[in-house]
Amino acid sequence: MALHATARRRLSFRIYRWSVLSVFSVLLAFPFVWMAITSFKQTSDLYNVDNNPFLFNETPTLEHVNLLFEETMFPQWFFNTMFAGAVVVLITLLLAVPAAYALARLTGRWGERLGIGIFLVYLIPPTLLFIPMSRVVSLLGLQDSLWSIIVVYPTFTVPFSIWLLMGFFKSIPRDLEDAAMVDGLTRFQAFTRLVIPISFSGILTVVIFSFTLVTQEFVYALTFISSASHQTIGVGVPIYLVRGDVYYWGSLMAACLIASIPIAFFYNLFLDRFISGFTVGAVK
Amino acid sequence: MGVSRGAERLGIAMFAPALIYIFALVGTPLFLAFLYSVGDVTVGSVGYRFVGLENFASVLQNPTFRGALWHSFLFTVGAQLIVIICANMLALALVDRFRGRGLVRFFILLPWVAPISLGAIGWKWILDSIYSVINWALVKLHLVGPFDTPMWLGESSLAMMSVIMVHAWRMLPFSTVILLAGLTAIPKDIPEAAAVDGAGFWRTHFQITLPMMAPIINVAVLFGVIFTFTDMTVVYILTRGGPYDSTQVLPSLAFFTGILGGDLAEGAAISVFLVPILVVIAWLMLRLAHRAEVV
Repeated sequence: MALHATARRRLSFRIYRWSVLSVFSVLLAFPFVWMAITSFKQTSDLYNVDNNPFLFNETPTLEHVNLLFEETMFPQWFFNTMFAGAVVVLITLLLAVPAAYALARLTGRWGERLGIGIFLVYLIPPTLLFIPMSRVVSLLGLQDSLWSIIVVYPTFTVPFSIWLLMGFFKSIPRDLEDAAMVDGLTRFQAFTRLVIPISFSGILTVVIFSFTLVTQEFVYALTFISSASHQTIGVGVPIYLVRGDVYYWGSLMAACLIASIPIAFFYNLFLDRFISGFTVGAVK
Repeated sequence: MGVSRGAERLGIAMFAPALIYIFALVGTPLFLAFLYSVGDVTVGSVGYRFVGLENFASVLQNPTFRGALWHSFLFTVGAQLIVIICANMLALALVDRFRGRGLVRFFILLPWVAPISLGAIGWKWILDSIYSVINWALVKLHLVGPFDTPMWLGESSLAMMSVIMVHAWRMLPFSTVILLAGLTAIPKDIPEAAAVDGAGFWRTHFQITLPMMAPIINVAVLFGVIFTFTDMTVVYILTRGGPYDSTQVLPSLAFFTGILGGDLAEGAAISVFLVPILVVIAWLMLRLAHRAEVV
């Protein structure tokens, strides 16, 4: 009897699991499927309201993708995003890695409090700061330049990375550094030669986090950069691929798809680590 | 926990660059945001004149602002309510290992891990006034007439519903993963013991597992509220606050007033209305973090 009940319970949970998962997978992934279908449809097929929109009523085409790469600034935006991403990653590492180590090891009890304070900085939203920040940006002479966002984005990436790395450095046994220092290394040498190499995966997490942030941010890039040619993908595609009121849906969807999937893929690989930064000790 | 003076000095030197950067590029604009909100500044003006609470008085009299304040609350509460219910369902379905879990997880995470401005443009196409695939399906299912299709982004209450749904769509994966972390951390033997004692699956879930997850649900809600209340991307891309400001929220109104309209002072005053909520959330988070340390 008991066995029977367990088996039934297991079956009903399975039904629950698969119905929930299939409904939500469809709801959550649908826009991306729709981007894919739209990207390869002929224009006449897209705008014929009598056609079944789920089917390819005319032969699939690469015309939208070609248009995107040959006649729009998409390649330029791609390059801008890559460049800004690389520099932001560099700035973030230079500022956050030493700071996180200092908070984890060298500053005693107030390191912890300072760490939480730093984390709260991450919660200050761009929509509170963008108006004065645009003044700061123009004071620095960076208005309408890709460098404006390169200088400003570390305001997100540095606090969050310090917070993430702090937890990471704390999990390294102190004895390792102590032993290295007995062997004649200074504290700073122990940090550069020992702690940094064994923290590689934590540092990689920060790299991916900072890079994807550059691809995902919208508000600051929209505020500071007014020329289409200086934009990143995240603003260039939704704002400047639309000419006047004309939406080139085929190319627009192709751009969204091409940009989203690789970013989503990398972010997904490291997601659990980012999330550990958000759970603020509520999960042990 | 003693730290030697040499180590402390090195610590200060290693921490200083980050601290200086944060003071310069977060501290300064934060201070300026408050300064602007009680001053008289526009784009191009050089002077500054203290005007006290004049800007706040002026925005509070503006019906567009009062609408935006209300929409912001509606947007936040609506989206978070949907998110937290669905995230609980999803986390429970995803917690055990099973074949295909990685792939399903990737699909479910897409809205959060892909850039939101691009996802929102995808929705703009799905909700298009003429070519909406949703409307096509509704017509085919004979739920609406072919000349009577809903204007998802063109009609006030539908537009509000649409931006709430799209933001919930974007936040759901984030909350799901946070809850999943909490669910995984619950020792397996506690629900199992309850099951042995004869409690059914759902009873175990609602009476034992859910209460144990309360702190992590709080974390998910707090972050969710911050990321929703301060967001303008979804609204900006889908509706630009329209039709007739019916989806205008505080951040988007601050953008239109302060950045596009050039009225820095009034824009800053609108943004400053975000602060009370942020302070309450930060305070709640500190309490959560503190409690986690004590336990």
